[in-house]
Amino acid sequence: MLVFIIGRIANAIMVMLAVAMLAFLIFRLAGDPVELMVTEQTTQADRDALRERLGLNESVATQFVRFVGNAAQGDFGISYRNGQDVLTLIGERFPATLELVLVATLISLVVGLPLGVLTAIKRGRWYTESLQFLSIIGVSLPSFVVGILLILVFSVILGWSPSFGRGEVVQLGWWSTGLLTPSGRAALILPAIALSLYQITLIMRLVRAEMLEVLRSDYIKFARARGIPRWRVYFRHALRNCLMPVVTMTAMNIGSLIAFALITETVFQWPGMGMLFIQAVTFLDIPVMAAYLCIISFIFVALNTLVDITYAVIDPRLRGSH
Amino acid sequence: MAEADKAVLEVRNLRVEFPSRRGVATALSDVSLSILPGEILGVVGESGAGKSMTGLAIQGLLERPGRIAEGEVWLGDRRIDQLNDREMESIRGREIGAIFQDPLTSLNPLFTVGSQLTETIRQHLGMGRAEARERAISLLKDVGIPSPEDRFNQYPHQFSGGMRQRVVIALALAASPKLIIADEPTTALDVSIQAQITSLLRKLCKEKQTAVMLVTHDMGVIAETADRIAVMYAGRLVEIGPVAEVLHAPKHPYTRGLMASIPALGARVERLNQIDGSMPRLDAVPDGCAFNPRCKDAGPRCSRERPSLLPVGTGASACWINAGGTA
Repeated sequence: MLVFIIGRIANAIMVMLAVAMLAFLIFRLAGDPVELMVTEQTTQADRDALRERLGLNESVATQFVRFVGNAAQGDFGISYRNGQDVLTLIGERFPATLELVLVATLISLVVGLPLGVLTAIKRGRWYTESLQFLSIIGVSLPSFVVGILLILVFSVILGWSPSFGRGEVVQLGWWSTGLLTPSGRAALILPAIALSLYQITLIMRLVRAEMLEVLRSDYIKFARARGIPRWRVYFRHALRNCLMPVVTMTAMNIGSLIAFALITETVFQWPGMGMLFIQAVTFLDIPVMAAYLCIISFIFVALNTLVDITYAVIDPRLRGSH
Repeated sequence: MAEADKAVLEVRNLRVEFPSRRGVATALSDVSLSILPGEILGVVGESGAGKSMTGLAIQGLLERPGRIAEGEVWLGDRRIDQLNDREMESIRGREIGAIFQDPLTSLNPLFTVGSQLTETIRQHLGMGRAEARERAISLLKDVGIPSPEDRFNQYPHQFSGGMRQRVVIALALAASPKLIIADEPTTALDVSIQAQITSLLRKLCKEKQTAVMLVTHDMGVIAETADRIAVMYAGRLVEIGPVAEVLHAPKHPYTRGLMASIPALGARVERLNQIDGSMPRLDAVPDGCAFNPRCKDAGPRCSRERPSLLPVGTGASACWINAGGTA
């Protein structure tokens, strides 16, 4: 098991190096950074000084090594747009996005898994057929429509929850959390639901399909023949055999949600990374974009590694030979 | 059967139907049999004759829309065919153990052998964790698994096919049931392992006085293991009797054909014997005796009237020939 984990982590490091190379190339290919940072009034001497300070006169290899070294320590340079440290900038926004995404994922699992099991074992009843039908709507509705509808119903008409922002936040070191204040939690609910709706339907349909497959297997029938109660058979024996694809999909979706929550963040004016990234693109703020690329890739790679390890935890056959 | 009142299992006139849009298919019709403590009843027949269906019906595991339309199933003094699923859960595994055909697929791959055993034991016997573990290990030992303490913590994929079937047998015996329904327990195994498994099954049942319904299409397994044989054809019982009698002096023409189609070891034959034709589909069973279109001895009565099981010698057979030769 340990060898397995070390192998996975070595793999992950290789992928991250490749990503760093890409991020580095953006710097090199997006034009002269000095030209982007200076104004027309800057003298040639100042330009040369800046070029020297940024280390652009050294060889490409040296620059790459330094880029990787700095990035590994969390130093992605300073923003072209407002001269702030990039990591501080992202550090301010990242907690908002991560909290939103994790809560949305939690909702989608808590709702999606039981619904998937239910629609599989009660196949053909009117309520499961309606759920199946509703899930098609859930899959096909764009998230901004869901967001706007939620705001309309719960904020405008019912007035139950705020329609924008993050509410009050509490600082825990550099991490700002909205989970500890009532207004923070109230503000989180709508965007989290908007973000989770699609996930719920996806997980439900996936679990249903897997369950139908697993329920036909001999070990399920044998478990019934051993006198194991029906619900225990469904939720212990069958569901666990359905979890592999669910784990994969959920993990990949966490990555995608962090990277692409920007639509929902825009609708709800959520101060997350999505909005930061949009601003960076408009201003061609390359250090922010490069850092964003590296961080998102890191999240994906970390999740992937976690998935592989989870596989081995779920399925003993993947733990290597004994 | 003189000792029917002491039987562990008694099935009376069982009829199983599968309603569908095209009408009702009758999977089992008028099946009656009983098994005494410590007795092994072999149930034989072609695929689709209703052997496994009989076992599933007894366990209350018929898949929808299948249902018991008529008849009674008695387990000792208790009638079990009308119980709800909750009540059957306390009978399955506790009173009726099950062995399935394919040991490679009947164990859940994600749980250790030990956890599947203790799960069954604790479900039925209300034991604590440690006590259940002890019982599980002694069960593994009983079924001939070496170093059971180590094996307890292993997963099914770490066992060979024969060893897995031993685990399945241990699971069937976990709560000391009165009856075991073994559905083709050796079909998926190597021939050399088959003999080990059947003799193990026979030994354990004789020791523990467990009744066994052994469903198989393998006459060799039946001959070695069973005390009595029930022969099924097209969802009906055509003959039942002591093993020696049915094997050597079959009463029903179908059983005779079945026996004649087993090639004798060492005899060189040009062509294997077979019964001409094939078993009818369940929704197209002919009138009268279901076997009459394939029967060499069939007379006019056979296509008009359905024979029921009548005592012949020490067994019983459902054939007009035996009922006075008026076929």
